[in-house]
Amino acid sequence: MPDLGLEVLWKGKNFVRLLGGLWVALRISLIAAGISIVLGILLGVAASRKRSVSSAILRIWLGVIHIMPQMVLLFLMYFGTTRAFGWNLSGEVAAVIVFSLWGSAEMADLVRGAVTSIPAAQRESAEALGLKPTQVYRWIILPQAVRRLIPQSINLITRMIKTTSLVTLIGVVEILKVAQQIIEANRKASPNAAFGVYLTIFVMYYLACRPLSLAAKKLEKRWG
Amino acid sequence: MDWAYIESVLPLYGKAAWLTLRTGAAGILLATLVGLLCAAALYWKVPVLRRITAAYVELSRNTPLLVQLFFIYYGLPKIGVKTDPEACGIIGLAFLGGGYMTEAFRSGVEAVDRIQEESALSLGLTRFRTFLHVILPQAAAVSSPAFMANVIFLMKETSVFSAVSLMDLMFTAKDQIGLYYRTTESLFLLVSAYLLILLPFSLLGTFWERRLRHAGFGT
Repeated sequence: MPDLGLEVLWKGKNFVRLLGGLWVALRISLIAAGISIVLGILLGVAASRKRSVSSAILRIWLGVIHIMPQMVLLFLMYFGTTRAFGWNLSGEVAAVIVFSLWGSAEMADLVRGAVTSIPAAQRESAEALGLKPTQVYRWIILPQAVRRLIPQSINLITRMIKTTSLVTLIGVVEILKVAQQIIEANRKASPNAAFGVYLTIFVMYYLACRPLSLAAKKLEKRWG
Repeated sequence: MDWAYIESVLPLYGKAAWLTLRTGAAGILLATLVGLLCAAALYWKVPVLRRITAAYVELSRNTPLLVQLFFIYYGLPKIGVKTDPEACGIIGLAFLGGGYMTEAFRSGVEAVDRIQEESALSLGLTRFRTFLHVILPQAAAVSSPAFMANVIFLMKETSVFSAVSLMDLMFTAKDQIGLYYRTTESLFLLVSAYLLILLPFSLLGTFWERRLRHAGFGT
């Protein structure tokens, strides 16, 4: 049995520190996911309206965010805007802004898909019954769209959690950074710590994301 | 914007873009292979393999690529499995992408009526030939939007390769910012390079999806 470097986890507060790092990552993703879902619903409803200038502009904007890797968006925010506007952004704030922008673009796309997937007859019948446009949305379109949206939103949260691991690359001290510190500090005592610690992180991310994706799958099956 | 500087570093970015394209293409190709094999294992309900495949898909889809790369690049050498950065990037991408590709192909394969398989088998085709010539071509139509989305997703994911010291576009841009404070120019080049790489894929995906929808496949 080779030395797997797992013993380092039980030294001092190492395990608790790792959990703390995970919490930093989760906090960023949950805040960003919350903002994304609210903003995304508004943007998505706006983008689903056909033939208006605002929806065309919106779609281009969403497309740009869509096509860029999240890492590039992070760089643009963290290095670019700080340089261009001269303000000071902490890595964590930059991450929340970027992931909210990215997440709301994704969410808007999901909302647009869900809203446009509802047969036109639904809207037409509602209008024929004399409902106003806002009433059509409130009572006819949204309740049906929501069923499709809930599993997809849960999936978006999972993706958000996974994407948040990137923030270590702009210097936020989250779980991967803590891991590096622990490995460095125990270089002499347990040279194989890298294996055990990174394996632990792998498992932690899995445990954080798996219940969510399982729930999404179940809901999708029930309402699909 | 200093155009003379941009011109002087263009070869650097060209090299980095080539690395991104090369590793991305290799990783996606491998991921497609893994996905096909796993989808076949699930379709045939191969006893033990089916469980392993299902577990692998969950594992790869529920962990970030960055964590997978760190584990492969820094963790595995401690138990004697060493990889160079480029191989590590490709393997990581194949590991992550394999899970996504499996899901894409599985949904396609499941959409094909079982009677297709039964008829082909009764005509004397082997199970392998049935899968290859009868099931897959029909599944392809259903799978291709998800497949194309995965290709774009995986191409974007290559942007974390710099974390395992691959000198890709992110690495080059960060390096230039750190060395010369050329923030504006570096970010401009970074965004342009990624647009040049990703836009064709995105347009191709949209075009392809429209064709399929026209033919009445997919959603």
